Amino acid sequence: MLYRTAGQFKTSYKADQALFPVRQDAILLGIIMVFAWVIFPFTASEFAFQTMLIPVLIYALASMGLNILTGYAGQLSLGTAAFMGVGAYACYKLLTIMPWMNPVVAIFLSGFFSAGIGVVFGIPSLRIKGFYLAIATLAAQFFLVWLFEKWAWLYNYNASGAIQVPNTTTLGTYVTGPLASSMTQYYVVLGIVTVMTILCINLTRGNLGRMWKATRDMDIAAELIGINLMKSKLIAFAISSYIVGVAGALYVFMWKGAAEPNLFDIPLSFEILFIAIIGGLGSILGNFLGAILIVGLPVVLNLLPDALGIPISSALVEHLNIMIVGSLIVFFLIIEPHGLARLWALIREKLIIWPFPH
Amino acid sequence: MLADIFINPFIEMFAYPDFLMQVLWEGLVSGILYALIALGFVLIFRSSRIFNFAQGIMVVFAALTLVGLHAFGIPAWISVILTLGVMFGLAVTIERVVLRPLVGQPDIILFMATIGITLFLIGFGETIFGGENKVMITSELGIPTGDTVLEPFGGLLILQHLDITVVVVATLLVGGLIAFLNYTSMGRAIRALGDDHQAALSVGISLQTIWVLVWFIAGIIALVTGIAWGARAGVSFALEVIAYKALPVLMLGGLESITGAIVGGLMIGMLEKLFEIYWGQPLLGGNTETWFAFVLALVVLLFRPQGLFGEKIIERV
Repeated sequence: MLYRTAGQFKTSYKADQALFPVRQDAILLGIIMVFAWVIFPFTASEFAFQTMLIPVLIYALASMGLNILTGYAGQLSLGTAAFMGVGAYACYKLLTIMPWMNPVVAIFLSGFFSAGIGVVFGIPSLRIKGFYLAIATLAAQFFLVWLFEKWAWLYNYNASGAIQVPNTTTLGTYVTGPLASSMTQYYVVLGIVTVMTILCINLTRGNLGRMWKATRDMDIAAELIGINLMKSKLIAFAISSYIVGVAGALYVFMWKGAAEPNLFDIPLSFEILFIAIIGGLGSILGNFLGAILIVGLPVVLNLLPDALGIPISSALVEHLNIMIVGSLIVFFLIIEPHGLARLWALIREKLIIWPFPH
Repeated sequence: MLADIFINPFIEMFAYPDFLMQVLWEGLVSGILYALIALGFVLIFRSSRIFNFAQGIMVVFAALTLVGLHAFGIPAWISVILTLGVMFGLAVTIERVVLRPLVGQPDIILFMATIGITLFLIGFGETIFGGENKVMITSELGIPTGDTVLEPFGGLLILQHLDITVVVVATLLVGGLIAFLNYTSMGRAIRALGDDHQAALSVGISLQTIWVLVWFIAGIIALVTGIAWGARAGVSFALEVIAYKALPVLMLGGLESITGAIVGGLMIGMLEKLFEIYWGQPLLGGNTETWFAFVLALVVLLFRPQGLFGEKIIERV
């Protein structure tokens, strides 16, 4: 009923191919945007900012980068965390070498370093496919994390081996470092994520997106119809790594505040892969749904025993958490292997034709 | 600088051949363990096209169950049998609960499901047995712990009896497995499924039974690996890093090849030790073992995309 499309006529191809062919989609998105830009930041507590709002956006962005590569271009990657690390370390070096630089500019620039390294590690994809490629990306994962640990120049030779986020300002307010307020950081993250999302949606709808999808679905056939596979795959690696690198810079500079090399170890890669797959491969919306689930679940599970008044130790909660997340992953894969985005698409379809069955 | 890379390490190798042999021996022993884990992967991949990420965690889980059962006061060998029972139960459960509903889904979904299983087993194991490092019940199982000192070329070569046992047991296990796959009807059924799913089904091979069987065999291999590795390094979830080591072995040897898993495992075990001792520690600050195997496998794959022993990839449109 709410999703009745009757009366919304399309009279030109342009209108038919618009971003929101159904008016209700645009209204729904508008409502979500009002929540994200106005209602959440003014009602959220410090705890909500730090455990939900900021991490969900950052994880969704990282997952979006992975989704470009894995979901659209079909190249399975297990090295996402290492590319996030490249972004974070590049941003740190930029801001410590040139302290006058605007942190937001530095975050956008740091993505280019990650993109460059992504292309280098993407070269094997021209010859290696499927699981072999997935394991090959693990080479990037382990090598880069080792490099972050051993190359002292990266963390300015400090004794702890960790990077500390410096205090920096934009337009007179603190944006990064211990002095920045959560609300400012939230708005910066939200702004960057919004820009990136619009960019990704349009990239995947356009010429590049179709090239990637053809490569994903059958690369030999794609080559036969004149798609340059090398170009298609390497551009996918570059753009994906760029987005992942920006997400990595945000992860450290807007959320964690400090980072050690082991932060970018393989569990983070898997966490992001979970988000992409549970959200739905080959979907932009899915990244956000997946991030809400994967980031929100442990938070809820941690709060649950207290809320129910069950006294159990925090170590046990931690272990139970891992177990429950593991079983939920299997559960979601069984009920909807195509992800939460597909689930939403099915619900929307049902809403449009409701109350009729067909 | 160039001399440090291309000349000095080799001079050192020839100057102290006993040390070189020691390094190679240690590499061989860890290589055998990598090969065993990779073997578990290969068996499951061949018969079901599932890239089983949980193999490494099954190693830890088997070892933890064994140590945990023994801690309840159950005699060591009965604990081993009970652990095998637990691994069988695990195989049946995974087949029923996870794999059966997911039959026919894309590879990546099944791969993801095995990561889900991995997380579940980590959480489950830590909830029941606790997260701290435990000591493997080596002497209770009758595994010798002393060492033999040989003196080749007038130097020293120390062979731990434990390592010798590992090499012997692993060789027997692999031999037994190959015999099982080649000379029993069950083994032939596994290979048939690996060759052609539909043809195997049409001659009456039960997919479900075979899947339970290969996961159980993978469980047995996991238990042996767990005992061997646990005796060297203690039993805890830190062991899962060796699971990642099995992945470059698979790349190098080919995902379908049992020979590849064994040869690849031994090669990687020895080469990464050599690289670490002669190049990694003096030139790169050490700890190169975390990535060397992957980079080696990557370079090999650039020239042979199906691995050293993998089936030739034929693509049709």
